[in-house]
Amino acid sequence: MASLFKRGGARKTAAQTERVREKLHEGFLRHANFRWLKIAVALCLIVIVTYALVDVSPRHNGGSWLGYTLGTIGALLILWLTLLGYRKRRMTRNFWSLKAWTSAHVYLGLSLVIIGTWHTGFQLGWNVHTLAWALMMLVIVSGIYGVTVYAMLPAALSNNREEMTQMQMLEAIRAFDRQLHEAGQPLPPADAAAVKLSLDQDPFAGGLLRRISGAYPGCATAAARRVIAAGSGGDAGARAKVETLLDSKVAALGRLRRHLRLRALLEIWLYVHVPMTFALIAALAAHIVSVFFYW
Amino acid sequence: MPPAMSDAVRIAIVGSGPAGLSAAARAAALKIPHVLLEKTDHLSDTIYKYQKGKHVMATPSQLVLRSDQEFDAGKREDILNGWDQRTADIGVQVKYNADVKSIKGTGDPIPGSIQHIVSRARDGSTTTTEVQRHAPPYAITLTNGDVIIADTVVLAIGTQGNPNLMRCPGYELPHVTYQLDDPYAILDEHILVVGTGDAGIENARGLAEDPAQGNVVTILNRAPQSGTAAESFPTAKEPNAKALVADHDEKKLTIRYETETKAIEPGWVTLSTANGEERIRCDRIIARIGSAPPRAFVEGCGIEFASSDRLAFPTLSAQFESTAPGIFVIGALAGYPLIKHCMNQGYDVIEFINGNTSLKPADEPLLVAKFAGLPGNRSVEEWLAFLRDNVTILNGMTTLQLREFMLDSDARAYGKNDRVFTRNEPGSSLFAIAQGSALVEVSPTDPSITVGVETGSIFGEVGLISGRPRGATVKAAEDSIFVEISRTAALKLMSSVPTAKRAITRISLERQLLQIFKSGLTGADLTAILDDAKVVTVGRGEAILTEGDEGDDIYVIRSGSMAVEKDIGGKPVFLRYLPAGSYVGEMAVLGGGRRNATVKAAVKSEVIKFKGSDFRALLAAKPAVAAAAEAEMDSRKKLNDFIESRKADFSGAVDLYSETAKFLVENGMGEATDALLIDENLCVGCDNCEKACADSHDGLSRLDREAGRTYAHLHVPTSCRHCEHPHCMADCPPNAIQRGPDGEVFIEDTCIGCGNCKRNCPYGVIRMEAVPPPKPGLLQWLLLGRGPGPGEPTAKWVKANSPAGIKPRTKAIKCDMCSGIKGGPACVRACPTGAAIRVSPEEFLGVARLGGGGS
Repeated sequence: MASLFKRGGARKTAAQTERVREKLHEGFLRHANFRWLKIAVALCLIVIVTYALVDVSPRHNGGSWLGYTLGTIGALLILWLTLLGYRKRRMTRNFWSLKAWTSAHVYLGLSLVIIGTWHTGFQLGWNVHTLAWALMMLVIVSGIYGVTVYAMLPAALSNNREEMTQMQMLEAIRAFDRQLHEAGQPLPPADAAAVKLSLDQDPFAGGLLRRISGAYPGCATAAARRVIAAGSGGDAGARAKVETLLDSKVAALGRLRRHLRLRALLEIWLYVHVPMTFALIAALAAHIVSVFFYW
Repeated sequence: MPPAMSDAVRIAIVGSGPAGLSAAARAAALKIPHVLLEKTDHLSDTIYKYQKGKHVMATPSQLVLRSDQEFDAGKREDILNGWDQRTADIGVQVKYNADVKSIKGTGDPIPGSIQHIVSRARDGSTTTTEVQRHAPPYAITLTNGDVIIADTVVLAIGTQGNPNLMRCPGYELPHVTYQLDDPYAILDEHILVVGTGDAGIENARGLAEDPAQGNVVTILNRAPQSGTAAESFPTAKEPNAKALVADHDEKKLTIRYETETKAIEPGWVTLSTANGEERIRCDRIIARIGSAPPRAFVEGCGIEFASSDRLAFPTLSAQFESTAPGIFVIGALAGYPLIKHCMNQGYDVIEFINGNTSLKPADEPLLVAKFAGLPGNRSVEEWLAFLRDNVTILNGMTTLQLREFMLDSDARAYGKNDRVFTRNEPGSSLFAIAQGSALVEVSPTDPSITVGVETGSIFGEVGLISGRPRGATVKAAEDSIFVEISRTAALKLMSSVPTAKRAITRISLERQLLQIFKSGLTGADLTAILDDAKVVTVGRGEAILTEGDEGDDIYVIRSGSMAVEKDIGGKPVFLRYLPAGSYVGEMAVLGGGRRNATVKAAVKSEVIKFKGSDFRALLAAKPAVAAAAEAEMDSRKKLNDFIESRKADFSGAVDLYSETAKFLVENGMGEATDALLIDENLCVGCDNCEKACADSHDGLSRLDREAGRTYAHLHVPTSCRHCEHPHCMADCPPNAIQRGPDGEVFIEDTCIGCGNCKRNCPYGVIRMEAVPPPKPGLLQWLLLGRGPGPGEPTAKWVKANSPAGIKPRTKAIKCDMCSGIKGGPACVRACPTGAAIRVSPEEFLGVARLGGGGS
């Protein structure tokens, strides 16, 4: 633990410290041999044990000295956790590791479940105080989802990509479209119309649900593929060529859709996590003001 | 032929390029009756024909310009305007549209001065014509019939005015051109580029660079398509060829292989292809099929060439006088293609003609300054002679070579025990001892153990050859004079003076061996071994040893690196990465038997091959060396055994390690010193590494996370590896690419944006970009939504926020390892999940990654 704070000012020291750890190469969850997990667990144990040992009358509540202490720790922690978004974007020149920040963010954020709930003294109701607690839990739950997908999806994203960039995937589809446009000319009108639908359709339209599910039942390319396979007549060579091209396009679309789906799954929780954090801070402010105002 | 008009002058200067212009200006300044003859209706046609806005360079930068004309690096237009102005102001007599047909002496025949002109017919037979030379004055006949009489002639016609012409019918049509001023001024045309040298490729790519130009560009290649771009376009630089093929693949332009022009007509061209004839649209033909010294014309003037080689130059005296008395040759035709050289020669030649015999070369004051700090009070001439006589590797140089060489080098005096350089310091210069001697501290721990280097010898050659940090600290043993030779000067020296190359190679071999087998060896012990040693260049992927083969030669890796593989259970398993300075092959010599592993070059490398018998003799004579070698062999054997034992237990892990290591080596890690890798088990694709990079460096990212190869979720993004011998450094005109104190390769502000480094980089990590305008701060973006936010701004935002009318200069940008930033590389610091790591091959390819144990 000490080494986190011992890091020297000189650049070489920072670079070398980083190198030593690279040999072990840990992700943010394992960072520094689970340093922040250990700290968070210790913090939670202290809270639970103190809660059990301290006798508050008539019963545990947010207004006791223990309640105030836990509330203050919790509120400060929430503000500090919010700062991750600032830290991530602020490229100052001194040494810090966003991985270490993320690690601390995850484990200390999780410890808020204990700190926040124990702060309430399990007095929940339909009021602004419980609103703050509920928003906090919502943020934490969305965060748990985030950690889960961060742990599970990157490998799938990498496998699906097969060294292609998103731009290259789009380019590949455009290239198939160009070729289909040429190859579809000799087809009979009905078949050509099906191919044209595939060219005209925005293959990613359909909103969030489509993107997250990765299922596109109305995909005109898949439909065209069925039409061409079922149909006959016209130039057999042209038909075979269009069929091959449609197969390739279906595969390319599938890859890009999976790519977009995985990226959406990796990002979507932030659209809950971040706005709810600001709602939480607002509710927290209301909670604190009201507590002191209506003492 | 009766002359239509006759002028008599003292000096006629033919050609108004930099050399001719400078000569004419000197003649005008000295008020010598002269005339400057220019074939076209404007001055300096070669530079006039450069692409519009082209940045003209003033190299070598150390050379002083001595001319009545001014010249400094800058835009083509500014330079030409300056010259036009100056030429008019100083009163140069210019005769435009004066195309010289012949130059003949009008005096008496010169006894015994007969020129033999050998002309070679296509079938290889030769005919010799004998021409009697006549004394000056010379009659210069122009194509329009005018004749000019001159006492002396300065021939400064260069070689570019003589492009090779197209030969098919229609070649004389006006839309057939041999140059391209401004590729961006040509819009919506069908263009055919003929010639696949660098000029043709650069023109074609410029015309097709932006799809908005709307040009349909076709480039013809007579050769068939080969396996690689370089083989398909053998006359072009490899990066140019690759870029052209890439443009073709992106459908920006079309390459037609095995195709030539058959006939040209307005708007169309007929091609002869492998599949018969084809007629395509064509509004313009740009033929870049080379140029040559106009040899027939020059020889016709009575000037002899140094050899029959097509690229040979005329034979000249030290004062540039040719074999025809009174005709002087300067500039590109004399073999000096650089503008500054040409202009200085223009000045000098007029001074010589005017009888100034005591003229010192233009670089004299620079050399005076170079030697000023040295004890001994010698003149420049004496110092040059002193260096040449005392330093072995300089023995074979001419005075002219030595002068140029010293401009890139430094001579310094050192007092006793003054430190020259320190162990592990980066540095690639070579030192030569002109006086005194040096001491090398061979032991990293005990500075008192030293080896002497005597007068005339060199040190520092390991850094020069291997690109690795200094292997030892060196200090002066007594009051001494050392010459520090920059890497550029040393490479030039080695390529132009064969004896110097041999001497440097021999010394470096000896030192490398001494460094490897430290135990009390001296140079004398190695004589036999060195006499039989051979330097072998090994291509990437080539094996120097193959498992199971007989053989007992020993190899020392001089530059590059090697990968050691062993066949275990039918699969090649990666054992070890060997950087430059290691040796391999000792097991068969010491232990006997066949080769027990395969050793392949990870990148193009140089190895020194020693005979096993010589090595055994050395070991027999020196037991201490034998002990050291055996200790090393034991540790390698242990590693092999470890891998083999692991193989039985965890075959999957060994396979993965081995395959991953091979993948990394294939992707250039073998020559890397520090590279960015991304673990795709952790990477969520947030691109925060790219944003952090951009925000740490003027808003431009130097890495492309998504691009690049991946194996087993280990991704090598497009980002600088800081190679041992950086390819980008190879051809940087202002020498702006340097290696910094932490080993980072970076580009200085002196970059002129020529793009050579980008083309030379095999990993595509250099971008040519203009610095975008500064963004509003992060808080303004977070709270008020002002500015484009973190990371590289979009092109649209940059355009909207750039000051109108000023086009910022594009420069080369690349990773500098966040040099000067205290926290270290931003990409690694800013990765939220720990996916981004920076590694050097030694640490990353070590067995430690196999999960403990081993070395």
